Amino acid sequence: MRKSSSAPFHFLTYFLVIGAYAALQVLQARGELSATMRGMLVPICAYVVMAVSLNLTVGVLGELSLGHAGFMSVGAFLGTSTAIALQDAVPVPGVRLAIALVVAALCAAVAGFLIGIPVLRLNGDYLAIVTLAFGEIIKAIFNNLYLGVDAKGVHVSLLEDTTNTAADGRLIIQGPMGIGGIQKISTFTAGFILILISLIVIFNLVGSRAGRAIMAIRDNPIAAQSVGVNLIKYKMMAFVVSAALAGSAGALFAMNYSTVVANKFDFNTSILILVFVVLGGLGNMFGSIVAAAVLTILPEALRPIAEYRMLLYAVLLIVMMLTANHPLVKAIFNRFRQTGQIQLETDDEEKEAA
Amino acid sequence: MAKLVPVPSGSMVPDRDINKKPVLECVDLGISFGGLRAVQDFNIIIGPTEISGLIGPNGAGKTTVFNLLTKVYQPTQGTILLNGKDTHGMNTMQVNRAGIARTFQNIRLFDNLSVEDNVKVAMDANMHYSMWSGIFRLPSYWREEKAAHEKALELLSLFSMEKLAHIQAGALPYGAQRRLEIVRALATNPSLLLLDEPAAGMNPSETAELMENIRKVRDTLQIAVLLIEHDMNLVMNICEGICVLNFGRIIAKGTPEDIQSNPAVIEAYLGKK
Repeated sequence: MRKSSSAPFHFLTYFLVIGAYAALQVLQARGELSATMRGMLVPICAYVVMAVSLNLTVGVLGELSLGHAGFMSVGAFLGTSTAIALQDAVPVPGVRLAIALVVAALCAAVAGFLIGIPVLRLNGDYLAIVTLAFGEIIKAIFNNLYLGVDAKGVHVSLLEDTTNTAADGRLIIQGPMGIGGIQKISTFTAGFILILISLIVIFNLVGSRAGRAIMAIRDNPIAAQSVGVNLIKYKMMAFVVSAALAGSAGALFAMNYSTVVANKFDFNTSILILVFVVLGGLGNMFGSIVAAAVLTILPEALRPIAEYRMLLYAVLLIVMMLTANHPLVKAIFNRFRQTGQIQLETDDEEKEAA
Repeated sequence: MAKLVPVPSGSMVPDRDINKKPVLECVDLGISFGGLRAVQDFNIIIGPTEISGLIGPNGAGKTTVFNLLTKVYQPTQGTILLNGKDTHGMNTMQVNRAGIARTFQNIRLFDNLSVEDNVKVAMDANMHYSMWSGIFRLPSYWREEKAAHEKALELLSLFSMEKLAHIQAGALPYGAQRRLEIVRALATNPSLLLLDEPAAGMNPSETAELMENIRKVRDTLQIAVLLIEHDMNLVMNICEGICVLNFGRIIAKGTPEDIQSNPAVIEAYLGKK
């Protein structure tokens, strides 16, 4: 009989993240990381946070969201805009980055709340379709948004630049050209801290009464209501926390490059993150982290074989899916996961008696 | 066995409950699905510590009555008074918080959660620490979780299930799943417990144990129980009042002895002589 206990597994996940960070820092200090690899450290962190936050919606809450990149986009644009606007007021890059990440999380949380009001009354396929539409709407908005900041304050316009930003100010978001001239203030250490915060938030949320209620809703919404669980409240909570973490991941991602455009956060990105989650295992944060890291590095690692790269990537993806779902691999993984706590009970008599 | 005595509306409650406010009172309750009147003119009064049964042939509308009481369906006619309070406009969650807890004919557990967590989910409405207390593990988290853990074990021990607390609910044997559903319902502090075929699929010794447990629950927690059951041995043994439903209408009400000799009931079950 399976016992359910995941505490040792949480420890293992933290250990993996901290260990990987330490190992990469050592490699970096000794100059053994290639330039490509160094450039990928922050995006990997961002994708890991995206994957674990989507896993909260898909794995823990059990709702399919196809617009997670939309929240990433909200965070990327509004977080980066905040950082640029504060460039003179807050000279320390680390502090500016922290403020930008918090603002990004808050903005994405608001977006998550607003989209959650209609969406969480729907179920299954309907929710997937509405989140898909949400991702496209966000992309369309940022492709047509102009945002300028000058001495008189913030100016916003849609479709064309009518913000009349003064010459001493700066037009930050320039419609389809996105944001240019970003100071690259995202660092690997900041990404590592963001991953740790995400894990703490998600593990502790899942381990509290909110997490129990969220998983109860996933397992059986009718029974959950019948024992007095507030469906809308807890679905919203999971959805908004997931959106907030995606928003800060977006800001971290954007401030690793000098420009960011809305088309970067499209349907393909949402699907890519969903692939991380499905491959890593629904509800399995450890798996999401590994899948996000491996699948971000893989296309780069395959670069030497040029044209056949994406073909092989797809084949590897299929092989990994089949392997991960093989009963033998699953059994080994389960045993490893529960670190000896789980045994299959053989004495059925005792089971019947109990 | 308590004697049934009539109350002013013409219904009967056990004599010990006669001067107490009834836990449930349904007046002309009914629902139509399109042109089909699934339940109509359903009148019942249940005393605060009464064990009563709802029986009838398949398709008589028994589970529909439960779904009306718990607002899975909104009634199209009549009123439901729970502890004297009209439940009109309430949803399933609110009715539960007002005092009705139920089990399901087809077991509905939270299969991937542990036995203990299944019970704790049902305590959620009575827990108060915020999302932030949970995330930052503030003192209110530890305090309330400790209290919830103790209460969950106490409730599980009513059905001798405290040793199974860490087992995944979906992996429990059938009988234990049925018992867990009752424990989970009790964790919401109900004043009325609705049991939908609690003995379905149980062998005679499990059924006997279940009867003991239902009585024990009523005695220790001082709550009312309304149960749907096809096992006549169970119904006739533990129910003080029985209500027989056929084609959505009540055809008989009374003590087990009255029901067993009632010609309308015999006809509904066995057909005309």
